[in-house]
Amino acid sequence: MHSSAPAPSEEEIRGVVTPLASLEGPLLPMLHALQDTWGFVPQAAVPVLADILNLGRAEVHGVISFYHDFRRNPAGRHILKICRAEACQSMGANALAESTLQKLGIAWHGTTPNGAVTVEPVYCLGMCACAPAVMVDGKVVGRVDDARMDRILAEVGV
Amino acid sequence: MKIFVPGDSAAKALGADDVADALAREAKARGLDVQLVRNGTRGMVWLEPLVEVDTPEGRIGYGNVTPDQVPDLLDGKLNSLGRVEDIDWFARQTRLTFARCGVIDPLDLDDYAANGGLVGLRRALGMTGSQIVQEVTASGLRGRGGAGFPTGIKWKTVAEAEAPQKYIVCNADEGDSGTFADRMIIEGDPFSLIEGMAIAGLGVGATRGYVYLRSEYPDAIRILMQAVKIARQRGLLGPDVLGSGRAFDMEVRTGAGAYVCGEETSLLNSLEGKRGTVRAKPPLPALQGFLGQPTVVNNVISLATVPVIFEKGAQHYADFGLGRSRGTVTLQIAGNVKRGGLFETAFGMTLGEVVNDIGGGTATGRPVKAVQVGGPLGAYMPVSKFDTPMGYEEFDRQGGLIGHAGLVVFDDTADMLRMARFAMEFCAVESCGKCTPCRIGAVRGVETIDRIAQGDAAAIPLLTDLCETMKDGSLCALGGFTPFPVMSALTHFPDDFATLQEAAE
Repeated sequence: MHSSAPAPSEEEIRGVVTPLASLEGPLLPMLHALQDTWGFVPQAAVPVLADILNLGRAEVHGVISFYHDFRRNPAGRHILKICRAEACQSMGANALAESTLQKLGIAWHGTTPNGAVTVEPVYCLGMCACAPAVMVDGKVVGRVDDARMDRILAEVGV
Repeated sequence: MKIFVPGDSAAKALGADDVADALAREAKARGLDVQLVRNGTRGMVWLEPLVEVDTPEGRIGYGNVTPDQVPDLLDGKLNSLGRVEDIDWFARQTRLTFARCGVIDPLDLDDYAANGGLVGLRRALGMTGSQIVQEVTASGLRGRGGAGFPTGIKWKTVAEAEAPQKYIVCNADEGDSGTFADRMIIEGDPFSLIEGMAIAGLGVGATRGYVYLRSEYPDAIRILMQAVKIARQRGLLGPDVLGSGRAFDMEVRTGAGAYVCGEETSLLNSLEGKRGTVRAKPPLPALQGFLGQPTVVNNVISLATVPVIFEKGAQHYADFGLGRSRGTVTLQIAGNVKRGGLFETAFGMTLGEVVNDIGGGTATGRPVKAVQVGGPLGAYMPVSKFDTPMGYEEFDRQGGLIGHAGLVVFDDTADMLRMARFAMEFCAVESCGKCTPCRIGAVRGVETIDRIAQGDAAAIPLLTDLCETMKDGSLCALGGFTPFPVMSALTHFPDDFATLQEAAE
């Protein structure tokens, strides 16, 4: 997953972001659109965005790097977010996260060697009354124990 | 036959989609004419998936339904909870803001209007801007996002500002652990937020609005975007709101995973497409907010409460509450608790009643050790403070804060030193970096707590001093309030901080 797809061209990048140029405060919607399209924000987008929005490249880079959401490299085929916030901790989220990372043999933000899944921390999914919670590709799962986590991992092909 | 299966994301996280699929399949196999409604949640997360069957006697509830129980449910063989309105946990509430949540189809505007929706907006359309602001002031509504600032005063400032364009910005960046009220109302009754924003726009003379909604809530984003589209198609939003000739329209914007963007000035920067760093105040956002224009920044619950204030009158709302905390508080009971969920009630119930009586104590059955009230920046309240009434000033006097009214319960296995360390670690991860006490202080805080953990008792006064500096010197509540959980843990649970050194002595 980390290598194959060719880098998007300037033309393709312009095609994704130009329709958003008339918004008030268009940069975040543009970055989301890029990430929705390619799964990450390609480096080649920085000068294009700087040109369209009349910003310095450093400013664009500064915005991308400020936000946890924006990835600068492709992730695995699936993204597993494990909540680390207090409500989930009160129901054993720390142990769940540790055992999951150990099982996969990766650290936070790591991707399994087969490219199946990237594991990221998240601070609150709003599932605080059914903790601990995780999110798999945008789908939330509550009251996650080791057995449920094993099923999730099997589903994403670990 | 009408059957309700919540489409709320907490219900879905507990299997509601599978139950809905099983119901549709089974009904089809039996040739039953079932109308399946994906309502919001009633807030009883402990009973989700809570399936309701509409009968002549009322809506009958079935709790914690699994797909394999569906045949029994359709046969009438499954044990019911009786009428949902009669379930004690539900019946004890005063539902004003959440009156429709879980009751109606969230995206059915006619259902919304048939249940009291749009009454408030129609009334507001017959009022002048200053009458609208006066109504909100008279209700006593205070910002439900955490700061508790009187909403009417904020609106008045914006109303009196002269500018070519003013904005209503809804803060839906609900990042505090233990809180999910914003998510719940957006998923369960999105038109109430849209109506509230339209009333705010009429009140202050703003024609454009934005909802800054966190990316961690994809279901809420999808539902609110659909609701905005429907509202526009039906003339609730647009150049001619409900045929009044007055304009208000709004957009939904997605956050990008930065906790600090829940702070109003960094939210505005983020909305403008910048790094979400905090702005120094003054100037107040009410005078120079989004794109430098006068802007109302209100929390979801504040805005979603506005319609009911206009529907029932300011006095009706103000008649509930305690002291200067008027109206209802939407308690979110969470963490290690037996009966967790959203409980809307007049201000004034004590913390102990909420945790033990409503929440039923811990989920694990062990004794309660601490309750963190008000999110990651709220104090850990020990059991000895359980007689504190839920009210802004009452919590302030006890060294705590209500914040967005989330309560996270911990049992006696919680290690409060570890929780204090986490508070500092979280602040370090999420700091916007603009001010030194927060950016550097949080990192030093983690290191200092690690020294305490290793038995260095001399690090305790250092931590106390650091917390003072962060409290007094930080630009916003992230650095300024992180000392609340840290110092409350240290003060109320000193045993967890008396580590190796004493053991060695």
